[in-house]
Amino acid sequence: MSTIEIDIEKSNESNCTNESEMKKVNTIELVNKNLKKRYRAERRFKAYGLVSICFALLCLVVLFTDIISKGHGAFFQTYIQLELNLDEDVLEVNDIQNMKQLASANYQGVIRQSLRTLFPDAKKRHDKRKLYALVSSGASYQLADQIKAQPALVGTTISVFVLADDDVDTWFKSLDDAKPFIGRMSEKQLVWLESLKKSGSLHKKFNTTFFNNGDSREPELAGIKGAMIGSLFTILVTFLLSFTVGISTAIYLEEYAPKNLFTDFIEVNINNLAAVPSIIFGLLGLAIFIGMFGMQRSIPLLGGVVLSLMTLPTIIISSRAAIKAVPPSIRQAALGMGASKMQVILHHVLPLAMPGMLTGTIIGLAQALGETAPLLMIGMVAFVVDVPGALTDPSTALPVQIFLWADSPERAFVERTSAAIMVLLAFLISMNTVAVFLRKRLERRW
Amino acid sequence: MSSSVLLLVIAMLFVFSYWSGRGKAITSAQHLGGVTTLNSLPFYYGMLAVLWCAIPCLVLVSLWSMFDETVIQQLLVSQLPDNSADMSSGEMTLLLNKVNNIANGITAASGQPVYMQDAANYLLSLRANSHLAMSVIALSLAVCGLSIAWVKINPELRARKQVETVFKLILLLCSCIAILTTVGIVLSVLFESIQFFNKVPVSEFLFGLHWSPQVAIREDQVGGSGAFGAIPLFVGTLLISAIAMIVAVPTGLMSAIYLSEYASKQVRSWVKPLLEILAGIPTVVYGFFAALTVAPLIRDTGDWLNGSWTFELLGLSLQVSSESALAAGLVMGVMIIPFISSLADDVINAVPQSLRDGSLGLGSTHSETIRQVVIPAALPGIVGGVLLAVSRAIGETMIVVMAAGLAANLTANPLESVTTVTVQIVTMLVGDQEFDSAKTLSAFALGLMLFVVTLTLNIYALRVVKKYREQYE
Repeated sequence: MSTIEIDIEKSNESNCTNESEMKKVNTIELVNKNLKKRYRAERRFKAYGLVSICFALLCLVVLFTDIISKGHGAFFQTYIQLELNLDEDVLEVNDIQNMKQLASANYQGVIRQSLRTLFPDAKKRHDKRKLYALVSSGASYQLADQIKAQPALVGTTISVFVLADDDVDTWFKSLDDAKPFIGRMSEKQLVWLESLKKSGSLHKKFNTTFFNNGDSREPELAGIKGAMIGSLFTILVTFLLSFTVGISTAIYLEEYAPKNLFTDFIEVNINNLAAVPSIIFGLLGLAIFIGMFGMQRSIPLLGGVVLSLMTLPTIIISSRAAIKAVPPSIRQAALGMGASKMQVILHHVLPLAMPGMLTGTIIGLAQALGETAPLLMIGMVAFVVDVPGALTDPSTALPVQIFLWADSPERAFVERTSAAIMVLLAFLISMNTVAVFLRKRLERRW
Repeated sequence: MSSSVLLLVIAMLFVFSYWSGRGKAITSAQHLGGVTTLNSLPFYYGMLAVLWCAIPCLVLVSLWSMFDETVIQQLLVSQLPDNSADMSSGEMTLLLNKVNNIANGITAASGQPVYMQDAANYLLSLRANSHLAMSVIALSLAVCGLSIAWVKINPELRARKQVETVFKLILLLCSCIAILTTVGIVLSVLFESIQFFNKVPVSEFLFGLHWSPQVAIREDQVGGSGAFGAIPLFVGTLLISAIAMIVAVPTGLMSAIYLSEYASKQVRSWVKPLLEILAGIPTVVYGFFAALTVAPLIRDTGDWLNGSWTFELLGLSLQVSSESALAAGLVMGVMIIPFISSLADDVINAVPQSLRDGSLGLGSTHSETIRQVVIPAALPGIVGGVLLAVSRAIGETMIVVMAAGLAANLTANPLESVTTVTVQIVTMLVGDQEFDSAKTLSAFALGLMLFVVTLTLNIYALRVVKKYREQYE
């Protein structure tokens, strides 16, 4: 009994110093005396744990709601409905069969004319410029595409939705707020917009531009297609390199490697590379691949190589675990049947370990897809308008595009940045879900 | 012949060599009494033929495409007019760039000096010749290899043994890529750092209190002092990491304890994946969140506090920078929570159940068991995990690039703007660079510091964790 007594005394850090006095007290009484306090401590401790988890989950919820509330607007874009008189004189077209003429026709003039007839009060040059600014500079290109597809429209009057300027877009979306966004717009522009709104000419439509365009200085014309294709190419290269090299390394280390210093050295290297900051891999790409081998900057090929070096340790470590999980009895059975080492590996170990390896690879690729810092170092931050068509075309990647847009001062870019983040997160979450699914469904436990 | 056609032809050659090697083995075995008399399966003879065909050819193609541009540029330089011999390296690079642009069709050839147009044409012809030579040599190597294999194949050839040896060697080569990467990292940061330390003494870099990397290009330029004292960067990095750890360590640790000791299986199966989502969010997203949501929030709170009556009464006033270290640190802490929690979860689960049972059996409560038995037993592992987290916080780039400032202030005030090592590396190497200037090179010196510090932390942490694991195995 006395051991318990001392133990309890110690654990409660009670300052009962006098041992003779302690002995006199009945043990049960002593325990009961402290019990309430101890239970309180117990509950407090448990609550700390609960609070910590709630804090972490709260951060997750706040992050997601913040991004979604900022970004959901970008999936819709404001258009202005205009009656366009496709006058041949204004268009400067006399032969509608002539594609060259159609391509260089004055579409901007038509749109401007339509705006002038809507708001005849804009007389001064300054006012006119303000009026024209309501419509995006990209609207004439969209009109051009429409006319080129249907040259017969020339000479008629059509009603089209033209892309609104980003300020108009932000203003129209913020009308429900307590303080609508005004930005750089003048009083007159607001009056015009109010009348457009009253006549029902302002419409919000699904923002196809966002998914079909490359980057642009104009928020209403900027899209993520270029960045998405760039990311796709980069991840493709990363997958090809890191998957083949990763599982080869894992097989070597698990099945062939003798226990010696060299093998230990390889393992130490892999473990350390797993924890090297990603920006260091960017420095490696800059100094070795660009500086020494003279590779081109800003291309997905280089980005893929650098990212594959970064993800290799993740893939190797998880592939090794998958190979280790294949029971030795299977190897022994195959060897007993006369299979060679290579046959054992290729016919039995690899197929059984494949789900685990794929899970690790997908997780590694998801990590690579969200990585930004190394790509900054190798120049994938350039302003690229064109959608890349090959592995050696200059391009950006989705996370880099997010970084670039986050730096842009226009408020419409905040919305688009958040929307791009939503797209990126959707990719990452679906990749991770596939990985979890693979792990649950295909992985065998012995 | 374009590269894709060349690759296609080579690939077809591989398929052909497989079938011819296999066929040769089978036919040569026929007069001996069928396939069973072969030393190995026909597959191995085919593979052997492919290896003979592929290895020399692919090695040549990869080496050639790696180094041909360097050789071509050398040849181009030697062909340039004599007056270019005494150019500085910078002018030479500029000239070569111009010639390359003309050759690639980026710059219009007309209107450029004649010697440049000549050089561009010469460059184009060199490239065409090089490509042609590569194709011819690669294909002839492939055919040679195939014929050697063809001659060698006979029923007694131990094809299986040879193929398996090559297979093993290829795997070994793949494993060496990890070593090559480490060597590459060390070389890439070391060489440039040595150049940097030739310009700026090591002691000034490590102990200097002033960081202002803008070097004056002209004598009379204002603001270009070129001071390379990295202490403000180190302090900034440590300040932000410390804030992050203050957020992440208690939260991560307590969540791990709750999840592994208290939570029911169902709660665990829900909360763990949710925490993993937090870990899977790209850092650029955290950076955006820190810069556009948390930093303004902290600034507004500061303003609100300044306006409140308690502060006026006490005569206090807070100066909150819009790029405060606090915002970056807090968000980085949130990022690191799942990292610490999963590592701590692992080590807590590794503590043998018998220790817990012993403590509970002696009458201690659950929390007493955790605090006085489980945590002390798991402490080395937890310390290792925290060290790994610190090294992550130090090397974290995007959050600080987006949310922390650029000005190198030497301060411990979390409400002021500080800059970090990674921010400086990014600002110096993104965009247009002046090569070989102390400013650009300093980024590599900072990279070297970062690499050394994180490597030391990692090696130490891994050793601690390993020792701890061995203790209970």
